[in-house]
Amino acid sequence: MPIRFEPRGERSTFWIYASPVLAIVLTVLGTGVIFRILGQPPMAAAYTFLVEPLVEENGLAALAVKAAPLIMMGAGLALSYRANVWNIGCEGQFIVGAICAGGLALAYPDAPFWLLYPAMIVAGALGGMITAGIVAFLNTELNVNEILSSLMFSYVAQFLLLYLVTGPWRDPHGLGFPQTAMFSDNATSPMLMEGTNLHLGCVVAPLAAIAVWILLSKSVLGFQLRVVGEAPRAARFVGFAERRLIWIALMVSGGLAGLAGMFEASGPIGQLTTNLSPGYGFTAVIVAFLGRLHPVGAIFGGLVLALSYLGGDAAQIDLGMPNAVTGIFQGILLFFLLACDILILFRVRVVSAPRARRQAAE
Amino acid sequence: MIFFLTAFLVSVMAAATPLLLAASGELVAERSGILNLGVEGMMLVGAVVGFAVGHRTGSTALGVGAAILGGMGLAAVFSFLTLNLLCNQIAAGLALTIFGRGFSSLMGAGYVGIAGPALPKLNIPVLSHVPLVGPVLFGQDALVYASFAILAAIAWFLYRTHAGLVVRAVGDSHDAAHALGYSVKGIRQLATLFGGAMAGLAGGYMSLAYSPLWAENMTAGRGWIALALVVFAAWRPARLLGGAYLFGGVMYLSLYVQGVGVPIPSPFVSSLPYLATVLVLAIISRDRRRIRLNQPACLGKSFHAVA
Repeated sequence: MPIRFEPRGERSTFWIYASPVLAIVLTVLGTGVIFRILGQPPMAAAYTFLVEPLVEENGLAALAVKAAPLIMMGAGLALSYRANVWNIGCEGQFIVGAICAGGLALAYPDAPFWLLYPAMIVAGALGGMITAGIVAFLNTELNVNEILSSLMFSYVAQFLLLYLVTGPWRDPHGLGFPQTAMFSDNATSPMLMEGTNLHLGCVVAPLAAIAVWILLSKSVLGFQLRVVGEAPRAARFVGFAERRLIWIALMVSGGLAGLAGMFEASGPIGQLTTNLSPGYGFTAVIVAFLGRLHPVGAIFGGLVLALSYLGGDAAQIDLGMPNAVTGIFQGILLFFLLACDILILFRVRVVSAPRARRQAAE
Repeated sequence: MIFFLTAFLVSVMAAATPLLLAASGELVAERSGILNLGVEGMMLVGAVVGFAVGHRTGSTALGVGAAILGGMGLAAVFSFLTLNLLCNQIAAGLALTIFGRGFSSLMGAGYVGIAGPALPKLNIPVLSHVPLVGPVLFGQDALVYASFAILAAIAWFLYRTHAGLVVRAVGDSHDAAHALGYSVKGIRQLATLFGGAMAGLAGGYMSLAYSPLWAENMTAGRGWIALALVVFAAWRPARLLGGAYLFGGVMYLSLYVQGVGVPIPSPFVSSLPYLATVLVLAIISRDRRRIRLNQPACLGKSFHAVA
């Protein structure tokens, strides 16, 4: 084989930051190839997909709105994955958070804002935490793999939402659509800019990411989480309470997902519907990886992946392409991200065939 | 009563077959130490590719072949990422599922709502007319029989052949297998590709036999249930059969209950298979020692040959 990977012996600081950038560049090129196959001129399509959403009027506000849930969930997942706890059920925790907050909004539409809105925030976070709590209980008490159980609960949460919006909570004046009534003004997130959907959650999301970063890097708890993830045997010898750390990882990631669901339902959407989330919970996994499993990196990752949603919409409206292009873009991005990470630990050497043979013989 | 029982058994077999196919492939991959969480993505790609080719050519056989190749294509990407570039297997598997979803809904956009060719039932003469056992045992499509044959072949391969022993050795101790001169990477590549082929075949069964049409995300989590089945079976082929048919039964039951109008809201009934999966995992995994004894020791771990 003419290409060989030589261990660097240490992590390359340069490539830790450069590899996601390289991955994004490669993904854009790869998406161009797909546009080509679909019969679109690649350059023009790439412009529609990646640039147009940003230069449009209020494009940046739209980006921030899409990015808010992704940043919140991505930061929580970064913490969870660092501790080697693979919560991939954010989609379900997001939905249950939205359901709990939405339930309050629908039950007490006339309650004063200062009481109702904070209660909804708490309910949303609690909803996500309870959903993740079941996963934590199953894992710590019954040894159930958290990947499978958290994913299964995502399906169950979607069915629960479907039941509520087609059954007891359906809007009687909604012409039979699977949705609840619009939330009252007192149950709606404060809007920050006239003429846009920029809501309170767009500010809370980066703050939450920074808070998670402080928890992870500046506290003893964060240290324990990182040790459990990187050297579980060492953590066991030192006597860190592994079960407690699994609980914490799931509470943080689940709580943030529930919060994201609450902000989404009470902000840009303003009601509960079956299409509450275009797969934010799964995209958040990519956000966490794009952000190098660093909570603050999730801010950057969230913005990039928010653009892929806006780009998918733009490609659908302007070019008549199916918006599944978004999913392809996201999948390819994660492929390239993982692939480029080899550059952090290994040096790529192109070895001429005779030399490779000589070295192999030695 | 006999009518009902026959219909029940035939439907359960149809529901169980894709689970059995996908889970048997994943079982072999896991026995070699590869944890591929991309089963759902590979199934979706198999389903859409199989349907597209079957619809274009009108041949279900070509469709099934294409589905297998589709699953293998995605598995090849996984194999390159985890075995050549030493990526985290969990992350690479998730990437496979995310990509498979996007790819299949993009490629399948033009096929939604079109009826495709359906895999014919074999209906063996005379025997398939025997009451009760006839339709169940002799009136199925070829893939149902194939799923049994493949599972038996896997059991024989893993426990009765030298090559199977090597696969298990690689999964249990890649260092020892490497020291003995076996190519850990090569064996895992083959096992991963086999897992992909089976997941693709399972997807093809969904879109060419189970419900001969294409719908977005039509596998509906079956790939994940197949992953859970491997744990349920404690990585043993014989127990996989029971698990797949148990879940086939649960899936059929959730459809049946909705059909006869039992006064339970249908979303609750639809979530039954997913809740059952968690329940079964809880019962099986509770015994930590048994999981540790049965699980391949190197499952999910990367291997980089130093020398």
